[in-house]
Amino acid sequence: MTTNPNPGMMALDDLRVLEIGDERGAWCMKLMADMGADVIKIEPPEGDPSRQYEPFVDDEPHHERSLFFWYYNTSKRSVVMDFDDRSNADAFMKLVESADVILDTDTYDPIGRLGLDYHQIMTDNPGLIWCTITNFGFGSSRDDEPHTDLTLAANGGFAWMNGYDDHSLPPVRGGGQQAYHTGSNYAFMSILTALLHRDATSVGQHINVNINGSVNVTTEAGSYSWLVSHSTVQRQTGRHAGVAPSMPSQIKCADGRYVNTGIPPRRPREFGLVYQWLESENLLDELPEAALLQVGAELESFSLADVFSGNNEELLAIFGAGREAFDLLASKLTAYEFFTKAQNFGFQVGVIHSPEEALEDPHFVDRGMQVKVEHPELGREVIYPGAPYQLTKGSWGITRRPPLLGEHTDEVLGELG
Amino acid sequence: MPHHVKSKALSHLRICDFTGQLAGAGATKFMAAFGAEVIRIEDPTNHGRWDILRGMPPYVDDRRGPELGGPFNNHNVGKLGITLNIKTEKGRELFERLVGISDCVTENFSSGVLRSWGYDYDRLKELKDDIIYISNCGFGHSGPYEKFKTWGPIVQATSGLTMSSAIPDQPPAGWGYSYMDHTGAYFMAMAIMLAIHHRNRTGEGQYVDVAATEAALTLNGPVLLDYTVNGRPLRREGYPDANHSLHPAMAPHNIYAAKPVPGSFDEAWIAIACRNDEDWHALRDVLVADGCEWASSDDYGQLAGRMAAQDKLDSQIGEWCMRRDPFQSAELLREAGVPANAVQTPEQRIDQDVNSAESKLWPTIRQTEMGRVRVDGIPARFTKTDWSMTRGAPVLGEDNDYVYGELLGLSESEIAGLYEEGVL
Repeated sequence: MTTNPNPGMMALDDLRVLEIGDERGAWCMKLMADMGADVIKIEPPEGDPSRQYEPFVDDEPHHERSLFFWYYNTSKRSVVMDFDDRSNADAFMKLVESADVILDTDTYDPIGRLGLDYHQIMTDNPGLIWCTITNFGFGSSRDDEPHTDLTLAANGGFAWMNGYDDHSLPPVRGGGQQAYHTGSNYAFMSILTALLHRDATSVGQHINVNINGSVNVTTEAGSYSWLVSHSTVQRQTGRHAGVAPSMPSQIKCADGRYVNTGIPPRRPREFGLVYQWLESENLLDELPEAALLQVGAELESFSLADVFSGNNEELLAIFGAGREAFDLLASKLTAYEFFTKAQNFGFQVGVIHSPEEALEDPHFVDRGMQVKVEHPELGREVIYPGAPYQLTKGSWGITRRPPLLGEHTDEVLGELG
Repeated sequence: MPHHVKSKALSHLRICDFTGQLAGAGATKFMAAFGAEVIRIEDPTNHGRWDILRGMPPYVDDRRGPELGGPFNNHNVGKLGITLNIKTEKGRELFERLVGISDCVTENFSSGVLRSWGYDYDRLKELKDDIIYISNCGFGHSGPYEKFKTWGPIVQATSGLTMSSAIPDQPPAGWGYSYMDHTGAYFMAMAIMLAIHHRNRTGEGQYVDVAATEAALTLNGPVLLDYTVNGRPLRREGYPDANHSLHPAMAPHNIYAAKPVPGSFDEAWIAIACRNDEDWHALRDVLVADGCEWASSDDYGQLAGRMAAQDKLDSQIGEWCMRRDPFQSAELLREAGVPANAVQTPEQRIDQDVNSAESKLWPTIRQTEMGRVRVDGIPARFTKTDWSMTRGAPVLGEDNDYVYGELLGLSESEIAGLYEEGVL
């Protein structure tokens, strides 16, 4: 077990973790490493395959310049080990015996290639938590199939959910590798669950996390509409897929960027507020229907069912005026202005930021979401995204830049003696 | 401990739970499946309706009401439920006693709600010195947008995930559901368990501020570093391009229209990805054997050529995909070693994919009013403390007798009196 002179400095800095796998598990291991766990990434001699992935620093391909590798491997140490050389079995076993947690992705098979006995390892290390991420789960008849993030997103339901009102356009996978992320998120939750059990009992165990399953249970109404009532949701542009079509909720603003309008005005108080907003922008003259908003603001409470039934024409007209007011305001304001002004009036509206715009948004900057990490070999300080959660004790941090290939081989094997 | 709990992984933990909807409820649902005693507190004066999902569709039959919402049941499986009017003096006293025997207090109200009731971290710590208090709201409990309101789509919009889910020359497609309610809950569960492990080591509790937008921001992936290091924004000509793969570069890599599946919808789609030249050669051989001579073009032999001609390649593969339904094509391709899969409908992935049954992903639980219904399970198997789900979401006050009687030691007549006074 690792020793730390300052226990409690980071929530997981009492843990030694071995990462033996590919990109499917790298996110889980980054989450652990950034909470202080001593994550040792065991790489083959040629390096983790993702070291060859785009994008590269200055677009110069090199295994130490992959920004993909950097993103997923902060705070880790790198040890190179050739599993085809059985003389490494002793060193591997020493690493295993030093570990609290092992994560693998059924990629490299160190047990088979080094001639080791998995059951003996688990028996000799009763506190060891070993988590294996697979595409379909142990014993599945599908587990030998070739897949990627895209095909798992298609199989598990992400793709069905996302896309456009125009169904001649294809379903959309979603940005980033969210199928892999979701598998990794479940792996981390599972490891923490086993860890709390071990805290209480000293007993470890093996866990198998299934990426296809992870995607399947991360589709909200996609799954439960089928499970509960055998109904099927259909994709719609920029809003929830639905069993029945719903109103658009994405508007293009004056600067060509989009906002998500969330739930437009639908309460008397909200009709009053959107009227005030129009007034404050001097736009009342441009919207004849604004008078209806004043009527809406004076209404006693009403049932939304009356609106959706379509039988109450006055209510429908008032709701329509609310939407037209949003459309008009959006046509006069930038997306960011529309967002902040709407929110200050109490409407749940969101500017549709690109990832880099989100990273530079004043709110996230204020909350510390830009974290600077030194890359001395390149003479650069690089901004990474910050903490996914803010613990006030034992908190998150990037403890070191992503490792060079084999940077810590001698150091780690030396520590083990 | 109520008898339905099977896993012992977290059975030593008790959570005093104000979470709701999915962004919060999903976190404690996960922990309940592993045996944590999650006590869901609901307001009797509005029938627990701060959680709007309580009465929302889908429904199992023609009945409607706050005990019958399908999503509420799905997200609250295995939890205990009590009613408590925290605006009353006795209600506050009972809540404070409950905090005193709990490990965590969890909530996903808008920022400041629990504080407005008089319960911030300092007050909770007075009630129990090592208490862990975890809030989860869209923008967190500090910063310029602290008072802004969100739900899943707003979290996804402001964090970059909506924008990056698009194909070229189209507006954002976004996520067709609250991906970040699910995933915000995952990060909340991680945060709860991280704080408990910290407490186990040091004896100290803490406050944890989870902002779903920040969890979302970290999920954007390498495009963020492409910007901070190379100055290349995702908002540029021809992007986002979510069905292609730039990181890592792969081609072909897309979702193609296919021949409809008999008896299903009149549209069908197949995802195909070639990870490397070897995959392409395998795909090429399938195509050539099926009469597509174009596939043997030297232009496509290597990745750079396929990336450069991606649009043409897509249209050629797209024509081939219309020959068969996506299940037939995907099987043909996977047998050749090429990653491929139908874009499955909910019915196909839940009831027709052999993996659902193999992984026992959709347990049938019993909810007191709804009866037997299937729910989202957990995509993991543990050798010693595996999860289980047997009981559905609690109906209002379903566990009042257990919590107030057995845990807090109130007598039957005292509990009856609390109902009469409107406390429960």
